[in-house]
Amino acid sequence: MKLPLSWLSEFVEFPKTISVADIAAGFVKVGFEVESIDNPAEKIKGPLLVGKVLTIEELAGHKKPIRYVGLDCGEGKSRYVICGATNFVAGDLVVVALPGAILPGNFVISARETYGKTSNGMICSSKELGLGDDHSGIIVIGGKAKIGSAALKVLGADDPIIDIAVNPDRGYAMSVRGAARELAMALGLNFKDISSKATISSLEKKKKRGKITPVLISDKTGADQIYLRSLSNVDPLKPTPQWMARRLTQAGMRPISIAVDITNYVMLELGQPLHAFDSAKITGTLRVARAGKFTELVTLDKVKRKLTKDNLLITDDKKVLALAGTMGGLDSEVSEFTVAITLEAAHFDPMSIARNSRNHILGSEASRRFERGVDPLLAERASARAALLLIEYAGAIYNGSSVKKTPLKKRSITISASEISSLIGTTYSDKEIEKSLKAIGASLRKSGKKWVVTPPSWRPDLNELPDLAEEVARFFGYDRIPSQLPPVKLASNGSSGLTPMQKRRRSMSLKLANRGLVEVHNYPFVSQSQMDLFGFTGDRAKTFKIANPMSDEYPFLRTHLTPGLLATAARNLARGEKSVALFESGSIFRNTEALKVAGNPPVGKRPTAAQIKQIYQSVPKQPLHIAGVIAGEMTNSGWWGKGRVVEWSDAVDLVRELIEDSGNEFSIEAVDLAPWHPGRCAEFRVDGKAVAHAGQIHPRVTSALALPEATVAFALIVDGLIYPESFKASPISVMPAAIQDISLFVDQKVSAEKVEAALREGAGDLLESIQLFDRYQKEGEGQVSLAFSLVFRAADRTLTSEEVSELRLRAGAVASKKYGAQIRS
Amino acid sequence: MSLDNAGIEQIKADALSAIKASQSLDELREVKIAHVGDRSPIARANQGLAEIEIEKRAAMGKLIGTARANINQAYDDKEKELTALRDSKALSNERVDVTLASNRNPRGALHPLTLLTNEISDLFVGMGYTVQEGPELEASWLNFDALNIAEDHPARTMQDTFFIEPLSSGLVMRTHTSPVQIRTMLENKPPIYVICPGRTYRADELDATHTPVFNQVEGLVVDKGITMAHLKGTLDHFAAKIFGPGVTTRIRPSFFPFTEPSAEVDFFFNGRWIEWGGCGMVNPKVLEVCGINTKEFSGFAFGMGLERTLMVKYGITDMHDIVEGDVRFSRQFGSGGR
Repeated sequence: MKLPLSWLSEFVEFPKTISVADIAAGFVKVGFEVESIDNPAEKIKGPLLVGKVLTIEELAGHKKPIRYVGLDCGEGKSRYVICGATNFVAGDLVVVALPGAILPGNFVISARETYGKTSNGMICSSKELGLGDDHSGIIVIGGKAKIGSAALKVLGADDPIIDIAVNPDRGYAMSVRGAARELAMALGLNFKDISSKATISSLEKKKKRGKITPVLISDKTGADQIYLRSLSNVDPLKPTPQWMARRLTQAGMRPISIAVDITNYVMLELGQPLHAFDSAKITGTLRVARAGKFTELVTLDKVKRKLTKDNLLITDDKKVLALAGTMGGLDSEVSEFTVAITLEAAHFDPMSIARNSRNHILGSEASRRFERGVDPLLAERASARAALLLIEYAGAIYNGSSVKKTPLKKRSITISASEISSLIGTTYSDKEIEKSLKAIGASLRKSGKKWVVTPPSWRPDLNELPDLAEEVARFFGYDRIPSQLPPVKLASNGSSGLTPMQKRRRSMSLKLANRGLVEVHNYPFVSQSQMDLFGFTGDRAKTFKIANPMSDEYPFLRTHLTPGLLATAARNLARGEKSVALFESGSIFRNTEALKVAGNPPVGKRPTAAQIKQIYQSVPKQPLHIAGVIAGEMTNSGWWGKGRVVEWSDAVDLVRELIEDSGNEFSIEAVDLAPWHPGRCAEFRVDGKAVAHAGQIHPRVTSALALPEATVAFALIVDGLIYPESFKASPISVMPAAIQDISLFVDQKVSAEKVEAALREGAGDLLESIQLFDRYQKEGEGQVSLAFSLVFRAADRTLTSEEVSELRLRAGAVASKKYGAQIRS
Repeated sequence: MSLDNAGIEQIKADALSAIKASQSLDELREVKIAHVGDRSPIARANQGLAEIEIEKRAAMGKLIGTARANINQAYDDKEKELTALRDSKALSNERVDVTLASNRNPRGALHPLTLLTNEISDLFVGMGYTVQEGPELEASWLNFDALNIAEDHPARTMQDTFFIEPLSSGLVMRTHTSPVQIRTMLENKPPIYVICPGRTYRADELDATHTPVFNQVEGLVVDKGITMAHLKGTLDHFAAKIFGPGVTTRIRPSFFPFTEPSAEVDFFFNGRWIEWGGCGMVNPKVLEVCGINTKEFSGFAFGMGLERTLMVKYGITDMHDIVEGDVRFSRQFGSGGR
């Protein structure tokens, strides 16, 4: 809401010493952010004078009209300038920028030779001075002004404009009057309300009998008040007074015609949107009605709009006149031929106007106000004010009014000073409660120790104790509230600190960072081509689609972390990294269960336990994954030689370490799972369930993404792990260890993990650890040689060599029995 | 050679001077043969003792013994000295340039958003709060209706919220972490002291200061006797811990459907007030929807953007740096934060 200081000062008695900064601080104090403070006069430097046009010489022979104008700028001799505008005659007062002046946009004025003449300055338009958009001609000063005097003063342009943001609960402040009331309260100054019942009586005194447009509210849910003021004898071509046009411009609206400008002016001043209809274009009765049978309307912006049944309209007996509270229709608009006007002011249902506006993606100054709530008592006064202005400035005659209204519901809230104080955390006395609530326009009645508060008609947002508490706290300033830490209590379920999973996510992330991987946070949006490239099948191919994605190419939610990670790896390589190692932890989204659509209980109503359960069940599970990618070298190259190129086992080992670290027991199987290399992907299982995959990425994927062939990746389901409640440490034996090596031949199809498990089983409890230290492929026989080192240790004694030899043989025997392993030595 | 006192003294003097003159262990080995070993003059003198008359033998023996001890001592000392010299020369030859680059292992790092989330979580956990998390793909009722955000509220349009197909699914990408507050209140009885960090979504184009996917941290307290002063105290403490001692906050009136009274919170940093987030006393309508007795309990809530917090704290000027995953960005923060 743009508020010229001069306009505010009609409602607030400012002391002479007040600064614009004080006023801005006042707005902030009561909850209005100041978006900008703009004073066009500050952007103009140097001489800008009022000049009188003495002579006009039309220079012929140019593509556009060019005038050579002689001016009296009070300098004792004439000044001559070139001017391309033609909207002035000799004797007019204009605004002249002399050489040396600097206009907004660093536009320096100097004497120059042009069109064969010397131009000693410039006659200015509103746009050139930054006072408005009008560039159709130069400014012609309407009233009297001293020749040679400072033009900005004469134009009233030395008037700071304070732009405040108005929150949705404060519709009443979308008017100079409403904002001024808040400002007066914030600064402790007097508020002068220039809108009063007197407006209405003075209009009635001017009534002359004539044609009155009748009115009906056909849809009672759409409006509860409507006033029509019928006027005739309007002179539609009367110019809008300069002061009014300037204020409209200052507030960010464009002056259009006298009737429209008056309705806009009153809306800005009081907050009541008004509409001026050409009475000649209304057939019969003007009504507030739902669209029903009406299907289309061409609005003022010349857009043909398809109406929906519940659109709230203004109609007459035959046709649609306007989209109520949103925008007028093109056909019923006042024009340069309009001599009779029906001024409409109504109190529409905010929700209906919000729907009109959303439905047609059409926000207007009117709809913004109606949506936020307009004072229901304002329609009568504002329409009277506008009618008076039409009489004064457009020569109109007032014929009378037609009205439909329903009585307002009475609202009252019972509160006490102590209730307010204990919500805010500081003490307010009864006197203070009374003073602050009266300042916002409420009326109060004492009832025992309590106050019965009737909020003002323009505050539909005040309904409960906290609403009034905010008003009291706001009046005395939020800075009066002390700063105090609450006495934190233990949660009702006894939990405290981080959960085991939160701790695990942290420790995994830290481990990966310390292993040289850099954490990233990728957007979870993926494209169809990514899904296809990665070859996702089964659950990983089932995703959710965003109805209104940022980019049509990426409408899907990720089912896996690898597409984002590989894309980010490729970006890093493209930016010059030689190798890259990344990880990410985050949710994934799989559309694997039939959606259970829940009902949507209405706002403000507690749902039943069954409804809540249904809502919970409507939300798909979104497991937490942690995944990583390493592309290129695992260790860097340098003066010490080439770095080691990453291989499948690096990814597998990272996962092994993460799961071991979590204390989970796991097994590993070779699987063929995209996007991994079909022969180089390990699946980790905990309790029989797959919890992680790791290995080398499929060459098809790496080549499509311009990644090195040596690219490995892993993905682990963090909430797939088991989080035991307790853990017991094993004692450490200090007895000597006995080491036995064993080499075996097995079929190459048997995995090393299976052989190792068999050896463990056979070796029994005295086996402390086992390590594969050699592996080679036996030429041409489809067999591999595996050599393991077995470390045995007892808790209570030194093992004899006979004992451990026997254990070694038993270990080998199980491997032979299960997998046909031949012991070599 | 005659065995007299002067002769012994001469032998000793010769031996000591030869030992002293040795420059290396090799030279010292020669000296040992000549002056210390079994064939050295002093050894021979000792062997000659038998030929000395009995009455002089004891005195002479003592003289020779002392001389021999002196020689051996000198030899041992010299040998130690020369050994140490040789060893130190050898180590000195093994000297390397320890300033040579040794960055064999790539450097990992945590993302600064993670570091900040952890820092904030630890701060509140230290005060007795717990950290609550919830789904990013959320039921519209939990994201909007339960928070008193009416069906026609501008936040519920396609311009602001990502909706999931089909629209009848009632699923949205959560626009704030407030649904986690609702879930917490639905699932737990007061006292409730929680913070809810997490990813949130709004249909904003990525530019220098906006991103459609961002992170928030919200706080929620519901207990007996909770006041707006407690909210203010908590915000002051939070700001001072994150931005440095002495950083203060101010709250100013604002509007949110889920709080009443509502406020915006700013903090004073580097000489100016910077907008941080929204806050207020939990609207009783929200408490009632969650089954909390508003006669007994009141609460406060606050929420701020982590990207914005990060940008102000570390002077980051472009959102692209935070979202693009360039390793050079995160590496600046290491794995322990700055």
